[in-house]
Amino acid sequence: MSPSPLAALFSREIRVARRLGGGGTMGVIFFLILVTIVPFAIGPDLNLLSRIGPAILWIAALLATLLGLDRLFQADHEDGSLDLMLTSDTPLELVVLVKCLAHWVVTGLPLVIAAPLFGLMLALDPQALWTVTLSLLAGTPALALLGAIGAALTVTLRRGGLLMAILILPLAIPVLIFGVSAASASTSATTPFWPPFLILCALTLATLAAAPFAVAAALRHMSE
Amino acid sequence: MTESLFSFPTFRLEAQGLAFARGGRTLVEDLSFELTNGNALVVTGANGAGKSTLLRGLAGFLSAHAGTALLMDEAGAHETIASQAHYVGHQEGSKPALTARENLAFWQAMLALPGLKSDLTPDAALALLGVPQVADLPVAYLSAGQKRRVGLARLLLAPRPVWILDEPLTALDAAGQALLTELMKDHLAQGGTLIAATHAPLGIESLHLELGGTP
Repeated sequence: MSPSPLAALFSREIRVARRLGGGGTMGVIFFLILVTIVPFAIGPDLNLLSRIGPAILWIAALLATLLGLDRLFQADHEDGSLDLMLTSDTPLELVVLVKCLAHWVVTGLPLVIAAPLFGLMLALDPQALWTVTLSLLAGTPALALLGAIGAALTVTLRRGGLLMAILILPLAIPVLIFGVSAASASTSATTPFWPPFLILCALTLATLAAAPFAVAAALRHMSE
Repeated sequence: MTESLFSFPTFRLEAQGLAFARGGRTLVEDLSFELTNGNALVVTGANGAGKSTLLRGLAGFLSAHAGTALLMDEAGAHETIASQAHYVGHQEGSKPALTARENLAFWQAMLALPGLKSDLTPDAALALLGVPQVADLPVAYLSAGQKRRVGLARLLLAPRPVWILDEPLTALDAAGQALLTELMKDHLAQGGTLIAATHAPLGIESLHLELGGTP
């Protein structure tokens, strides 16, 4: 009759994100604007663009991921939901994981879907479009999970957004390095695709395993 | 009110030598009490006496400085109070963008305890709280009192033996306060227990705990 707690939580998160608007669409538009601005800054050199295109897409995705992350737990903290979730039978770690998953579906997945389209604007060749999209698909969940750690640590701060960015951007560097090197495999003769891609997948899996515990610990501490 | 045949299993809620601190200041010290099925404890005290701190501590949001608070069943097995309690604080935990029904369906799924499922639907619970008309409205459009009633409806949707109520009468009109009194009486009659911090009389038979408010 009644759905499982985690399914109910997932559908609540998706509903809230859709009602409030913002989330996914804003992220994609922000992504689009960043990708559009770069060619203006570096000039109309198509070769240069297609060489650094994967890096531009990755940095744009990284920044777009930060949007809305500060509200991931803050909204629940302000309206009292977080307290109530602490009294639930469901472990907070799982609650966190489901919230991150919903957040990624709303904000990360649209970026992955839009990436090949925006790649065209950066004169990427078809091969590179694929590698960029695949690397973003594998890497953006790690960005969302790392971001959740920052969001949890700044949950009680009114203007925690900037501090959150400062906390998590350094943590995102390994993801960025392997993401970009996998993505640019087809444009450079020296880097192969699979080794960096598999390391990227490993990074995502490791964050998937560790981040929920870190986030839950931070939230428990912050609720005091 | 709600004619319910169901009753909670026998338990004992025991607090021993509890102490809670807030911001380095000990607000509650060496507090012991014992409650069992059908008992209520009303906590009073001046502003800043530590009522909310005590309730948040019992709900498991603050770790105790000293002492323990546990729920024991007949067999002597014990659990934390938090896992068996409803906490009603100053916020309702409702998402403004979702309708009252969606909010309640979520909390029903999230807070239900195994073996203590309620047959009520969110709509029925809203009707019991006297606000059946708000089911389809986003909570953002509701008045403070209506929000409060929507928040309280979750107590009926996911039965839990312990209610921890921090100023439960806030924002409720006279009819709403009378309704809450009835709900609390029903809960106690079902063998539940409740701990409430309040300034106004709740209209239920209860034990009384006065927290000394040293500024």
